[in-house]
Amino acid sequence: MVTNVIGCPLTQRQLIDELFMEHRTKVLDIAAFLDRLDRAAAQDAEDDFRLVAFRETLRELTSAAPGRVERAQMILSDRTIEPLAELDRKAAYGASIRTADGNGAGGAA
Amino acid sequence: MNYIDIHAHMISRTTDDYERMAIAGCVALTEPAFWAGYDRRSADVFADYFDHLTDFEPKRAAQYGIDHYTWLCLNPKEGEDRDLARQVLAIIPEFLGKPNVLGIGEIGLNRVTRNELATFKDHVALALAHDQMIHIHTPHLEDKYKGTKVMVDTLAADGRVDPNRVMVDHAEEHTIEMILDNGFWTGVTLYPVTKTSPGRAVDMIERYGTERICVASACDWGPSDPLAVPRFIMEMRRRGHDEELIRTVVYDNPVAFLSQAQHFHQPRERAVVAAT
Repeated sequence: MVTNVIGCPLTQRQLIDELFMEHRTKVLDIAAFLDRLDRAAAQDAEDDFRLVAFRETLRELTSAAPGRVERAQMILSDRTIEPLAELDRKAAYGASIRTADGNGAGGAA
Repeated sequence: MNYIDIHAHMISRTTDDYERMAIAGCVALTEPAFWAGYDRRSADVFADYFDHLTDFEPKRAAQYGIDHYTWLCLNPKEGEDRDLARQVLAIIPEFLGKPNVLGIGEIGLNRVTRNELATFKDHVALALAHDQMIHIHTPHLEDKYKGTKVMVDTLAADGRVDPNRVMVDHAEEHTIEMILDNGFWTGVTLYPVTKTSPGRAVDMIERYGTERICVASACDWGPSDPLAVPRFIMEMRRRGHDEELIRTVVYDNPVAFLSQAQHFHQPRERAVVAAT
């Protein structure tokens, strides 16, 4: 329960004047990454769980509803709750290889 | 502006970094025990590590007027090894009386396994047995939500734990609310790529306020920035926030949380060499 909201002191215009350029370049980097995947030597990972989650996250960004970052975080999260029976690997992938029902997602990592 | 970095792994930083942090206004920092980048083979190695954290690092920090504090544990990335965990937990009490030890940390989960959870619970029991504060690491990336939920639920179900004496660190947008709603302190980690940018950290302050929230660099041996907190200060100013509010986050809040530890003393404030 949020009871201590401070809010953003700047107007939309001020935020755009201050922050547009650095976010413009981030969007272009994503566009270039997607084009790079299209130009890749082999189209062998369209079902990779990371790319699937990435594309789903991009769709979320075009939502008109606030809370995009939380929803994007959840798309990229393991939404299962039961601890793993044993350690599978040391490092995280950045997207969940498991689906919410606990089954593995497609693709390799 | 004077600030406290509540999470900095200085063992993997150079002395130059201490100097740069002091110039930028750092007056104190806390260093949780962490993963060395490889799994250590015995409790003896941890004894040497704890000795380093309680002797060498505070001396190195003091050269630049920075008060150095530490938290002790076996890091979550090594928590899968239950035998090693038992051995390391057995030696921790002999270090708890050292003058810069704040409590047990950074304990937690990595990939959220049954063994990691058992080791986490053992650390909590150790902290409670010795009346120590707790500093908690939440997992990285896709494991953060699950790991945070498992630990918050575990602690909330344990009536012995005072959430006001627990820092659940590395909060992000999808975990901060559950941490705060359960009465814990939290930290937003200013770490490139895998954690939070200064801009997103300011967003969380704007959305959730300043109560029980701190920020930290978590600088370590990876690509990270020991000056991340001053960069957060700059971002807060760029976003139109006043100096009093900024100070609440980077100084007053760490003092309020850490003052619950027996060994913490409010740092002496000093003029900042470089304006931030």
